[in-house]
Amino acid sequence: MKSNSAVNEFVIKFANVNGTGSASANNMFAKAIFRMGIPVSPKNIFPSNIQGLPTWYEVRVSEKGYLGRRGGVDIVLSVNPQSMQEDVADVLPGGYFVYDSTKPLDLRLVRDDINYIGLPLTRICATEYSDPRQRLLFKNVIYVGALAALLDIEFDVLTDIVRSQFKGKDKLIAPNIHALELGHLYATQNFDCPLGIRVKRVDKVGDSILIDGNAACALGAVYAGATVAAWYPITPSTSVVDAYEKYAKRLRIDPGTGKTNFAIVQAEDELSAIGMVIGACWNGARAFTATSGPGVSLMSEFLGLAYFAEVPTVLFDIQRTGPSTGMPTRTQQSDLFAAAYASHGDTKHVLLFPSNPRECFDLAAEAFDLAEQLQTPVIVMSDLDLGMNDNLSAPLSWNDQREYKRGKVLDAEQLEASERFGRYRDIDGDGICYRTIPGTHPSKGAFFTRGSSRDEWAIYTEDGKQYARNMERLLKKWETAKKLVPAPVLRSAGQPTPLGVIYFGTSVDATHEALDYLSNEGIELDGLQILAFPFNDDVVDFIENHDRVYVIEQNRDAQLRSLLMIECDADPKKLVKVLEYDGMPITASKIRSAIKQDLPGPASVTPLRRKAADS
Amino acid sequence: MSYIKPSFRHPEAPTNNIGYTEADYEGALSTLCAGCGHDSISSAIIQACFEMSIEPHTVAKISGIGCSSKTPTYFLGNSHGFNSVHGRMPSVATGANLANRHLTYIGVSGDGDTASIGMGQFSHVVRRNLNMLYIVENNGCYGLTKGQDSATADVGSHSKKGAVNQYQSIDLCALAIQLGADFVARSFSGDKAQLVPLIKAAMSHQGFAFIDVLSPCVTFNNNVGSTKSYEFVREHIQATGTVDFVPMQEEITVSYEEGASQEVCLHDGSVVRLRKNGKDYNLRDRAAALAAATDHAHSGEILTGLLYMDPDTEDLHTLLDTSECALNKMTEAELCPGNQALQKINDSLR
Ligand SMILES: Cc1ncc(C[n+]2csc(CCOP(=O)(O)OP(=O)(O)O)c2C)c(N)n1
Ligand code: SF4
Ligand SMILES: [Mg+2]
Repeated sequence: MKSNSAVNEFVIKFANVNGTGSASANNMFAKAIFRMGIPVSPKNIFPSNIQGLPTWYEVRVSEKGYLGRRGGVDIVLSVNPQSMQEDVADVLPGGYFVYDSTKPLDLRLVRDDINYIGLPLTRICATEYSDPRQRLLFKNVIYVGALAALLDIEFDVLTDIVRSQFKGKDKLIAPNIHALELGHLYATQNFDCPLGIRVKRVDKVGDSILIDGNAACALGAVYAGATVAAWYPITPSTSVVDAYEKYAKRLRIDPGTGKTNFAIVQAEDELSAIGMVIGACWNGARAFTATSGPGVSLMSEFLGLAYFAEVPTVLFDIQRTGPSTGMPTRTQQSDLFAAAYASHGDTKHVLLFPSNPRECFDLAAEAFDLAEQLQTPVIVMSDLDLGMNDNLSAPLSWNDQREYKRGKVLDAEQLEASERFGRYRDIDGDGICYRTIPGTHPSKGAFFTRGSSRDEWAIYTEDGKQYARNMERLLKKWETAKKLVPAPVLRSAGQPTPLGVIYFGTSVDATHEALDYLSNEGIELDGLQILAFPFNDDVVDFIENHDRVYVIEQNRDAQLRSLLMIECDADPKKLVKVLEYDGMPITASKIRSAIKQDLPGPASVTPLRRKAADS
Repeated sequence: MSYIKPSFRHPEAPTNNIGYTEADYEGALSTLCAGCGHDSISSAIIQACFEMSIEPHTVAKISGIGCSSKTPTYFLGNSHGFNSVHGRMPSVATGANLANRHLTYIGVSGDGDTASIGMGQFSHVVRRNLNMLYIVENNGCYGLTKGQDSATADVGSHSKKGAVNQYQSIDLCALAIQLGADFVARSFSGDKAQLVPLIKAAMSHQGFAFIDVLSPCVTFNNNVGSTKSYEFVREHIQATGTVDFVPMQEEITVSYEEGASQEVCLHDGSVVRLRKNGKDYNLRDRAAALAAATDHAHSGEILTGLLYMDPDTEDLHTLLDTSECALNKMTEAELCPGNQALQKINDSLR
């Protein structure tokens, strides 16, 4: 039988039961690969449940640096009998199924085109440990030790990770290393190690870090000077505020008094959370909330208030699979409509689309500047895939010379020198007016903020002309926003081509990989990574300059494509949908085949009836 | 429409300690119906702020939506105001207060705004003990949407259309006491003598202070049979005693007969006095306050005055241990940890 071989290019999937402590062992595995200089991309696939259901950890190892989900599994490490049948079926022909062989394998699970490696994990634990908890926990560490032998992971790298992981709890170091050794020993004694699929030290990660997108967003908020965080728990956004709290407690304690230079409130619901953010921002602090789709729905009325009353607001939407509760622990990019036009009336909001942790950090910080410069809500659109998984990322950095852009805020001196203050007067012609913070000046600058129409002096009015003028000024501000938001990033084909691809967020890695494959096949496309909404002229030009533009996104209704049609007046016939919406991150092969299927001519075999690109 | 008031000022208008006249605390001309109870509450707020010599710009006024929630436009024109969305004033006030703990926050809401759509936020702002004055201008109906019954309308009361309310009413004071509020009072819009000292005491209280002010809606809910109409309220009021408030700035010269008054010293040094009118009312007993409010309601009476108070209270900032310096005054120097710290974090992620 064929055994696949591959050095530093493979996918391994761990099939666990949630709540059994497998997560830290699996993380140790991914970190070891990373520390051997090999790009790695781990993804948790977990149920909406606390204990007892199947959970998977899929790790893509790619020396070439492909970090998107690949699809297909070369090695399954199975310790969950519940999901064994489906896990066996997952393995690619020639791949490996590593399982707990304490009990003999059910014959129905035997395929003749894959290799089986039995590790008697339960038996080893039973002889080694008397405490049932230890048996459960160390089972995970033992399989990591065995994988080290099978895949040729440097053992020292693993022991170093154990040492740093248990720093301060030194008692735990020796038993963990011992467990690693148990697994390692068993594998070396019973199998030809290493397998054909294995790792080898290279130098391909440079100074990269492994961090989840939510922690990077939180750090962005800390660095941008956010002081108020109000939130309501919801997967997958909770860890944004958890991480903010963790870092704020470390970095934001007043050295003199020991008191906090931040305030975190767990609100009673998302309406309250966004209300607190708006109140704090109105009063001159930088504040944010983090939520997911259901929370965005609840926050909509308030977002309209912030848009119309022009109060800076920052919101992180860590998207998950909708509609409604959908698949709460699966990923999607499906809140674009809900966020872009959140609230009734003519309302639209600035969106930012990070695709990796470095962008999460940078765009989070940028969100606070933009919100205050534009005096409007800014929504950072991340998702579960980026937010909750460790991602290989360029290191975070901050320019110490950087000053916060607080926008047009009048201080006491400026007010003192001014005539009558008009909150909604467009003095500079960019649609952005001057605001004041409560308490600034004893007799000048006070005004009444409201969600109802008002004139330039902030006085209530039902005069239709004044209302319309204000709405048009808000549009002018929208035009100004186009100049302030980050521009899209072009990935040129290096030669003229009529084909283009537009993509954003967590579709970026898979798209770039697909573009490489297509290029190898002689199909060249220009790529454009969108970083923000509103789209600026670069996006309009890109669509104009190509005959056919594939729009890649992870939702059913091609929401980005619709936004391009609405806001750029793009010809729908030109814009081809490439979609994934099953809750799993989009893969390069999906994108590649969708594009190939759509292309006319010799590059593809023309099917009898052309299939829609998204089928 | 709101109108800018002519800024005519009587040359000999009396000034307060900081040189302001009462007119300096006024706002735009009210557009509410003539005789609306809400306007009387606005003028009580004006008087209280004037008498307390509060600098108007150190007050922030926040409201929800409703006739009542419009009123912040009609007082303290030199204060920032925020007319937010229906039922959500507490969250906006919470955020504002977190940003700057040194302003005085006055939240104005209606019974619809608080007891129906905003019930959740009301309960939670009480729990968090936000340092603010929360006034409900309670008319037992939805004024702005033309008189539907609100959740504070009493069972059996009649709406303008003659319909009898069949549903249990919510007593916001009882609820606030039960939820742990440390300053709970009830008054009547027409009783300035009682309302002004209550507002002053509430503003001095260093935590959440709640006043439920019965405020008849002359247009939709001032008919016979409504328990929130002028006649009814006047006839059925039972006061816990006369409330007297002595701000810290004033020397306490008035002396009361021993035993005739109950005094509570607030954290800013001012004193609240409850003059007992024969009634033995213990301000500091939460269970008794709850019982008193409920008993009176059962006998068809409305108990007004300061119902419960505990000055030893820990507000949200104290609970969160936030810095004394207002968060909105902090700059890069206090807030940004710098690149060196970030590089250390990077190192921990390799
Ligand atoms: C979300 C939402 N629902 C409904 C309304 C309509 N609405 C405006 S005011 C109001 C009731 C106000 O009643 P109350 O708070 O008692 O104020 P009052 O006018 O009686 O002073 C309602 C239902 C609204 N503005 N927003
Ligand atoms: S409708 Fe009622 S509550 Fe509203 S302004 Fe008129 S009297 Fe006041
Ligand atoms: Mg009302």
